Amino acid sequence: MIEIREISKVYQMGEIEVHALRGASLNVAPGDWVAITGPSGSGKSTLMHIIGCLDTPTAGSYRLNGLEVSGLNDNQLAAVRNGQIGFVFQTFNLLPRATALDQVKLPMQYHRDGARLPRVERVRRAREALELVGLGDRLRHRPTELSGGQQQRVAIARALAQQPSILLADEPTGNLDSKSGAEVMEILRNLHHERGLTVVMVTHDPNVAAQAQRIIHIQDGLVVDEPEKATL
Amino acid sequence: MITDTLESLQSALEGLIANKMRAGLTMLGVVIGVAAVIALLSIGQGVQESITGSITGAGSNLLFVAPGSFEMGGVESPSGSAASMTYADALAIADPRNVPDAALVAPEFGMNTQVIFGSANLNGKVTGVTPTYQSAFSLEVAHGRFISDSDVNSRSAVAVLGSQAARDLFGGFDPLGQRIKLSIPGAGGGRVSLTVVGVLAPKGGSRGNTDDIILVPITTAQTRIFAGRNALGEPIVTTVNVEAASEDRVDAVANQITALLLRRHGFGPDEEGDFSVVTQADLLATVQQVTNILVVFLGAIAAISLLVGGIGIMNIMLVSVTERTREIGLRKAVGARKSDILVQFLLEAIVLSVIGGAIGIAVGVGIAKLVDASGVTQAVVSSQAIHLAVSFSVAVGLFFGIYPANRAASLNPIEALRYE
Repeated sequence: MIEIREISKVYQMGEIEVHALRGASLNVAPGDWVAITGPSGSGKSTLMHIIGCLDTPTAGSYRLNGLEVSGLNDNQLAAVRNGQIGFVFQTFNLLPRATALDQVKLPMQYHRDGARLPRVERVRRAREALELVGLGDRLRHRPTELSGGQQQRVAIARALAQQPSILLADEPTGNLDSKSGAEVMEILRNLHHERGLTVVMVTHDPNVAAQAQRIIHIQDGLVVDEPEKATL
Repeated sequence: MITDTLESLQSALEGLIANKMRAGLTMLGVVIGVAAVIALLSIGQGVQESITGSITGAGSNLLFVAPGSFEMGGVESPSGSAASMTYADALAIADPRNVPDAALVAPEFGMNTQVIFGSANLNGKVTGVTPTYQSAFSLEVAHGRFISDSDVNSRSAVAVLGSQAARDLFGGFDPLGQRIKLSIPGAGGGRVSLTVVGVLAPKGGSRGNTDDIILVPITTAQTRIFAGRNALGEPIVTTVNVEAASEDRVDAVANQITALLLRRHGFGPDEEGDFSVVTQADLLATVQQVTNILVVFLGAIAAISLLVGGIGIMNIMLVSVTERTREIGLRKAVGARKSDILVQFLLEAIVLSVIGGAIGIAVGVGIAKLVDASGVTQAVVSSQAIHLAVSFSVAVGLFFGIYPANRAASLNPIEALRYE
């Protein structure tokens, strides 16, 4: 599913070249649940952005579902993000004034390949996704009317709306209290178990990382530890 | 594609509704700009029409012969200041052997002076005329009679009042048979008494200004009220109004009169002469030149306010882009392309300026109607002004929306998502 070969990423900061990644390699199979950990500045955010097609590597190969994405242009990357990747962010990133239903409909609005879903169908799908995360009774609520945990669940529903092949979560519990964090992790676990969703999660919380099947450790722009699938 | 646009339009509207205060303030600039364009252009056009109306209202076959030379913009230069036009000149023009294409010749001699009845007095345009004056200016007599030939021959002490002059002097009384007093300029308080024999029907605001006129026999004006003789003792005139037989004979009449007067005044055929022949077309051209400048000037002022409104849009849009950086990042993360974001922000700017433009039209038309009704000046709302204002406001929205929209669309999604 995800095949990353020897990718590197160099940022030019004025005169200085910053090597965020120095030839990292990584494989994620369909149905995996992977946690990426590492100290700050290790390159895990950069890796995450490249996996999420928000950024492209300076060198190396990244194949997503067999498609080489390292050379795509902005519009092609946007289409890949829209169709294959669901994002969950530490800070939720909901639209400040939109209802939960509208938040979840948003990615479908940007769908371009072939005919877009009719409006009714989009509403139906958005509602289904919200029901899946236990917010079937909060369809018309706006972010200010929801708790942090509920907001993150709306964000998960939004990530699921386009039925992506990967759910990419960046510190999904970082802004939540432990109870809400546990609820969110419970939802991710269920999605993984029951729906076979591939989950890639960046975290520096060892307790959260421990819930994944595999923990990948990054240091100085390299994958230093990529154990085979552990038994749960 | 249509559903795309509709949906973008809907989300643009939702974005604006969610931020009513900001949207309202942004629109205000466009509202004021568009309203100013429409109101000022309408007033400019109204002024233009009332001025040209008062010229053409007298009849388009008319020519005016006046002493001195006519200069552009100097339409109202003190006629009569050069005593070069005599009554005999007027009679020569009236002779069909000299000017065969003239249908009507109406000489006049007039000045402003104090007109008194009882305790009422006004500074009136006292004009000495002959009976032909009535048809030259299509005047209607409401009560009594007009100046007659025998009045002119016998220098009668009679007067015909314009409707406004009659109202000002007599209020509701019937002026017929009453005696009014005219002070003789330069005679140290000397006065002439005249009997009112007629009152003119009102001609209305835009059709000439004969309502406040006081007409007397031309001979009376020349000898009994004013000093209407030249150095040789000949009676003089301030203007000779000539009506051509038809509109296409106007130029012929002008040429015939010019030739005649050059000869009578002892000039060669190519010399300039000490008189001027002005046609309606000349007058219109001069006045229109002036009023066009007025309209352009007013339009320019209005355009500047619209420009300021546009800069207001850009300003608020830039703030809005900064405020919504994370939202833009998120939209890009879930698959929005650069063009999606561009369209979203451009649509917001256009929707703002179109709604602002619509309100501005209503306000502008309202102001124009109010000015018109107040009687200060005419105001004519033209569809041209509305088209101009609308297309200008949409252009302003587009033009000033492009920069902020482009800035939003060009944001890097990673940095936008990290933006605090």
